[in-house]
Amino acid sequence: MSDTEPRTDGGTTTRTTRLRRTLDRMTVEDVGLYVVLALAAAFYLVPIESGLVTSFKTGTAIIETAPFAPPGPSGLTFEKWRTAIDVLLRGMGNSLLYAVPATVISAFVGSITAYGLTIPTWNKSYKALVLMLIIAGIFIPYQAVLVPLTQFWSQWAQLDQVLSFVWALGIDEDYVGIIELVITHVAYGIPICTLLFRTYYKTMSDEMIESARLDGATLRRVYRRIVLPLSGPMFAVVLIYQFTQIWNDLLFTLVIVSTESSPAAPVVLILAGLGSSLEGQDFALRMAGAFFAALPTLAVYIFFGEEFAEGVAA
Amino acid sequence: MLDFYRRLHRTIRSSSGDDDEVRADGGVVSDGSAADPPAEPDRDLTARLKASLDRRFGSDFMESSVFWLPPFLLMGLFVYGAVIWNLLISLTDYQRFENAPDYSNLDFEMYTRALADSGFIDAAVNTLVLLIAFTAGTLAVGLVLAILIDRGIRFENSFRTIYLLPMSLSFVVTAQFWLWIYNYNNGIANNLIGTFGLGPVSWLGNQDIVLYAVIFALMWQFSGYAMVVYLAGLRAIPTEHYEAAQVDGASALKMYWRVIIPQLKGATISAAVVLMVFGMKAFDFLYSLSGGYRPPNGADILATKMVREAYANLNWAYGSAIAIVLFGMALSVIGPYLVYEYRRDNL
Repeated sequence: MSDTEPRTDGGTTTRTTRLRRTLDRMTVEDVGLYVVLALAAAFYLVPIESGLVTSFKTGTAIIETAPFAPPGPSGLTFEKWRTAIDVLLRGMGNSLLYAVPATVISAFVGSITAYGLTIPTWNKSYKALVLMLIIAGIFIPYQAVLVPLTQFWSQWAQLDQVLSFVWALGIDEDYVGIIELVITHVAYGIPICTLLFRTYYKTMSDEMIESARLDGATLRRVYRRIVLPLSGPMFAVVLIYQFTQIWNDLLFTLVIVSTESSPAAPVVLILAGLGSSLEGQDFALRMAGAFFAALPTLAVYIFFGEEFAEGVAA
Repeated sequence: MLDFYRRLHRTIRSSSGDDDEVRADGGVVSDGSAADPPAEPDRDLTARLKASLDRRFGSDFMESSVFWLPPFLLMGLFVYGAVIWNLLISLTDYQRFENAPDYSNLDFEMYTRALADSGFIDAAVNTLVLLIAFTAGTLAVGLVLAILIDRGIRFENSFRTIYLLPMSLSFVVTAQFWLWIYNYNNGIANNLIGTFGLGPVSWLGNQDIVLYAVIFALMWQFSGYAMVVYLAGLRAIPTEHYEAAQVDGASALKMYWRVIIPQLKGATISAAVVLMVFGMKAFDFLYSLSGGYRPPNGADILATKMVREAYANLNWAYGSAIAIVLFGMALSVIGPYLVYEYRRDNL
């Protein structure tokens, strides 16, 4: 039975995939394949779906309906979302306040670092050594730098005193934590940003750069005129990856801002304590809060999924 | 190594003050300029230094250092500087509300204390179990998914997007979801096994189960990542290998086992290293699960114990010592990996 005909109809299928299709000609097998894939998809979606429906349930609906079933008309409420937004909104603002600058700066710094380590010609083994030291920085467990980091910000670099003129304007002193977070995230983001840009620059065509160099263009000029304008796609990948990472990070916010009651508390910090600050566990509120806090990263993922996949695969 | 630092030091010194002057010469500084009359001794010296540096490191070394050296130093300070500082702190007795550690009296007291602390041993064992089970499980699930998706299916992009979706979420967010799933009375987990007449099980309350419950949740979050890495690996395998196996009449299962999977070694290694790093960062997940520094009983790992000792119990030096152990663990994974990548010229 030849069912290769209907299966080759996809316009975008490549020769490779078409060949792999012919490896199994069993229709039953095909059906089985899609069933397994759909089950796997359900496995990945159910926790999220269950959280979403639960966030709209009243206290009684949570007990009476199945955890993944939508609330009936009587069990539907938007009150939990309203509470969650009330509690988390200031945290969202604070998170944006450090996540956006830290993302942009670390992407740009990563780009110039990778450029200096890839395009110019200098001794390959020294280059590899520098690169190795940088790349190892990606894999450091941050616990190994936490106590010195706390010491550094609280005892050595006393930014809150340097910035006293800002507090005089009526901005809460806790916001010094936001600036510390920006610098911290930039410093620890350099390794991964550099690696991502380097994989991209390695594949860049040499011809244009070489001829520009022969014409006497400085490295700075080559970067500004040739490399930077061509870096667009990689900037998208790095910005998306970094934004997700920085937005989602809890550890640094925990040790730098420390309390969820601080006016400068980021959203992850408030969310982590959201359920436990109330008597018992209000799951509907927790779910609503979780979704609200995840909105920016979900939006980024839905709109730029391709770039996200590329970022994590590198 | 020491030699490298000496050279680095020289580079830093020479690039700190007179970058612009040096660059004004362009890349053509040669012995000719070094032989100029000594009217400008400073300039002459830097030119000669630059020439000798360029000879040793390559023609663009000085000029390119403006781009990579400052970020390298910033990152080096925050990563390597901090790790060394952390090592020093772990040798002191720094605790409570002292403003700064006392560096005059260094010893290994904190490390002997760790070995005598049954909580530390438990956390270390849990860390190893979590790293190994989580990495192996995630890789297996990711590989199966990648093979299924690579069979030229329709809606490939949709499936891939769904599988990878959990990874875009924060640990703080997914912890809320799993807290609800593992809920004793109304959670899906107990609902599901209830249909088979089992349970209910106290997933997060039972010390023997909780660690595996956490590992399962982490696998849910990261198997999509393993899938993406494997998919890239599968796509890189030449079509002829599939053809050859087909001609030989190998069954699909045999073909994957004998021909395809051995070629995914590179993908497996890089995915495993990244997953182990994610596993060591499971702190965020455990913290959010309990809403505090103490994770559910039986799920304490070194990452959570370190932060708890330092920031809740204010045993700064002891926390640092635990951090150094964790760092050593990470290094034993990363070190060989980087050497491997370097040998393959993949850096």
